[in-house]
Amino acid sequence: MTDLNAASAAATEAHSREFLVFSLGDEEYAIDILKVQEIRGYENVTRIANAPEFIKGVTNLRGVIVPIVDLRIKFHLENVEYGGQTVVIVVNVGERIVGIVVDGVSDVMTLTPEQIKPAPEFGVTLSSDYLSGLGSLEDRMLVLVDIDKLLTSEEMALVDTIDA
Amino acid sequence: MDISEFYETFFEEAEELLGDMERHLLELDVDEPDPEQLNAIFRAAHSIKGGAGTFGFDVLQHTTHLLENLLDYTRHGELVLRRDIVDTFLEAKDMLHDQLDAYRQGGEPDPEAFERICQTLKQLALDEMGKKVGDDAPGAASAAKAEPEPTPPSQEGSPGVSGGEDSAEGRLSIALLGIADKDRELLVEELANFGEIIERRGDSSRYEVLLETSTSVDDIEMVMCFIVEPEQLEIVAAGGPAADVSDAAARSDAAQSDVGASGKAAEKTPQQGEATAKAQENKPQEKQSPEKSPEPPAKVESSKPANKAQDNKAKAKPKAASSGESSIRVPVNKVDQIINLVGELIITQSMLDQTVSEMDATQGGALVNGMSLLQRNARDLQEAVMSIRMVPMDYVFSRFPRLVRDLAAKLDKNVELVTEGESTELDKSLTERIIDPLTHLVRNSLDHGIESPDKREAAGKSRTGRLTLSAQHQGGNILIEVKDDGAGLNREKLLAKAEANGVPTAENMSDDDVWQLIFAPGFSTADQVSDVSGRGVGMDVVKRNIQAMGGHVEIQSRQGQGTTTRIVLPLTLAILDGMSIKVGNEMFILPLSTVLESLQPRKEDIYAMAGDDVVMKVRDEYLPVVAVHQALDVAEAETEPTSCIAVIVQGEGRRYALLVDDLIGQQQVVVKNLETNYRKVSGVSAATILGDGSVALILDVTDLHRLSRTKREALSARRQTTPAKEVEV
Repeated sequence: MTDLNAASAAATEAHSREFLVFSLGDEEYAIDILKVQEIRGYENVTRIANAPEFIKGVTNLRGVIVPIVDLRIKFHLENVEYGGQTVVIVVNVGERIVGIVVDGVSDVMTLTPEQIKPAPEFGVTLSSDYLSGLGSLEDRMLVLVDIDKLLTSEEMALVDTIDA
Repeated sequence: MDISEFYETFFEEAEELLGDMERHLLELDVDEPDPEQLNAIFRAAHSIKGGAGTFGFDVLQHTTHLLENLLDYTRHGELVLRRDIVDTFLEAKDMLHDQLDAYRQGGEPDPEAFERICQTLKQLALDEMGKKVGDDAPGAASAAKAEPEPTPPSQEGSPGVSGGEDSAEGRLSIALLGIADKDRELLVEELANFGEIIERRGDSSRYEVLLETSTSVDDIEMVMCFIVEPEQLEIVAAGGPAADVSDAAARSDAAQSDVGASGKAAEKTPQQGEATAKAQENKPQEKQSPEKSPEPPAKVESSKPANKAQDNKAKAKPKAASSGESSIRVPVNKVDQIINLVGELIITQSMLDQTVSEMDATQGGALVNGMSLLQRNARDLQEAVMSIRMVPMDYVFSRFPRLVRDLAAKLDKNVELVTEGESTELDKSLTERIIDPLTHLVRNSLDHGIESPDKREAAGKSRTGRLTLSAQHQGGNILIEVKDDGAGLNREKLLAKAEANGVPTAENMSDDDVWQLIFAPGFSTADQVSDVSGRGVGMDVVKRNIQAMGGHVEIQSRQGQGTTTRIVLPLTLAILDGMSIKVGNEMFILPLSTVLESLQPRKEDIYAMAGDDVVMKVRDEYLPVVAVHQALDVAEAETEPTSCIAVIVQGEGRRYALLVDDLIGQQQVVVKNLETNYRKVSGVSAATILGDGSVALILDVTDLHRLSRTKREALSARRQTTPAKEVEV
């Protein structure tokens, strides 16, 4: 059994991808680890007027001005609190750097293509357009977020639309 | 050492030379050409030819060669200049530029264009010179020159082709110092292009070539300078055919006693090896050689007193310096990187400063002193670094003489271009971005502004129109004006056009407002659409471009007397003098250049108007009030106007009173683009990083006013549907 597993792991290793798993409320989400630049605490965020509520503002990341998005607010989660444990994942999306606020970061997982199932058509708050699939891992289910699509989408209001 | 390393140097130098050539050609008085200028043009062409030959850019070499021949006739008075000849020269110059660009991109120039320009130049030579020869047909010399066929590269520079008044048929002893064998071969080959090599010998530290040529020392130096440093090259006239290299060497020894006595010559240019001493001894001779005397050099040198030699040396020095040490070429991104780093340094420094200022002063006296020293040094460093980016406006203005000349000819108008304040400095990135808007304004002035000579005469003006480009510093801004003495804007025409184009107008609009109409999209007043201007997409693009640079543009015009367009731009986009203000618990930065004054509003000066607009009376002027806390939704801010501080600001020619809680102070801030990682935020132009590492937004006064208006409108709309809701100012 273990031999078999090892063999299949080796066979698919080339195609397996690593994901950073983070939690939002009770759910577990994951993004491609290659998109992640760093993980830091939530501090010193300057509010931006007239921006959507989930855009917390901008912060100084070693001389670079980076917008901070709170995915908890975006996904309408309750109990949005900011404390010493609040984590910001700094991701690289295209040419841009964006910080996303999450409840916590748990681990880094390797998923083989077999473990990634297509995402069902659902989602009022999180359209399935922004999902790259669902990762099943024994008894856990990870929502794989296509962070590129999500953050550059119009509804995130992070990027100027052409006519804006 | 690979010769391709020098390509870039050649391209840049050639570009500069072409620029010089164009400038001289434009300044040239056709009826009475200045021989100095003709020489300068000729030399530029010649140097490019030499460089092109060295690097194997055959097409470029060929074209310059044809041009050079013509220029040579011109400077000897054998070809009489006319305006159309200058035009042809300019055309050839443009072609050279195209060819240069093609080579630069690693390609080959367009063969058809090359063929065409060759034909044009040959035809010109044939037409003009043929006539000339027929007229006063004296000798074989002119006959040879009338021959328009290009001389193959190996023969170019042979007697009769590029001979100038300052070149006597003779021998030159050329010494190459410290050149590697591989490169030396190339250089010798290059020298062979100038004439016949009679003798060559030496090693890599000093290699002498005896060359029989008619090319002047200046020209050879100029060509060789593409490849070697000036101090690596010595050229000495070796006298008549009888003289040879050893003679020259002997003479230089003789001359050395004079120079040595003066005791200074040998202190220059440190070099190693035995050759060094000899090289330096020869220096005075080299400097003298451009003087060119027909007498044998030996006689000249020995008869010349040593101090004369030193004089020459002193004279020659600035030239050497300008080609070698006084400037370096650095890619812009390297400079930008330094500027960014210095920006970071400044931020770190102010963070430290803040920490130190919170410390007990009695404990860290030395630290506090050190900090103030650091602060001063950091500021100096920042200023010095910023000045690297500054370039004179000449960089921009220099491209207009040509444009004006060509356009005026095309439009059959007489226009005189005057430029003022060329030495005013502006950030390089801004100069690049101002060129397009300025070009547009100049085209407009020529096309729509300045009238045809007949119309001008009828209006009692001189037939020649006058277009003035000026630049001057005004506080932290630069003011650029495009002024013409043409017909001016026509109020009725503008209004009619605006109505026809659906641009909103009003009967009683002030003149200034009417002039602003031409910045509306899709507006053009030209009766006929020409290819010069009049597509009607121009002026709004001009305005938008200038606004994107953080500047603004305004128009003043008087019918029949002309139009002045004024562009006000910040000197640099990277650093800003700011006033930090506090609203609620948030800090914002106002550009100091927009701040006029600040005052405590009195209740009787504040008037509420319909539609929730509030104005404030400041010295008999009613200014719209912008409550910053309202526009930017700041919580816990002071809402009562009389307990706020009113900052009077100016933006796009209008004034506003901003209500803020507190003024913190003035500081220089490094401007950081918000749009790099985020998007445009209304009311905000950019962001900066404060001393404590937090981000503060830099406010855009005009945009803020717009924002506050829309908010108030939304608010009053909401109130109309749900009345009885209390609304704060």
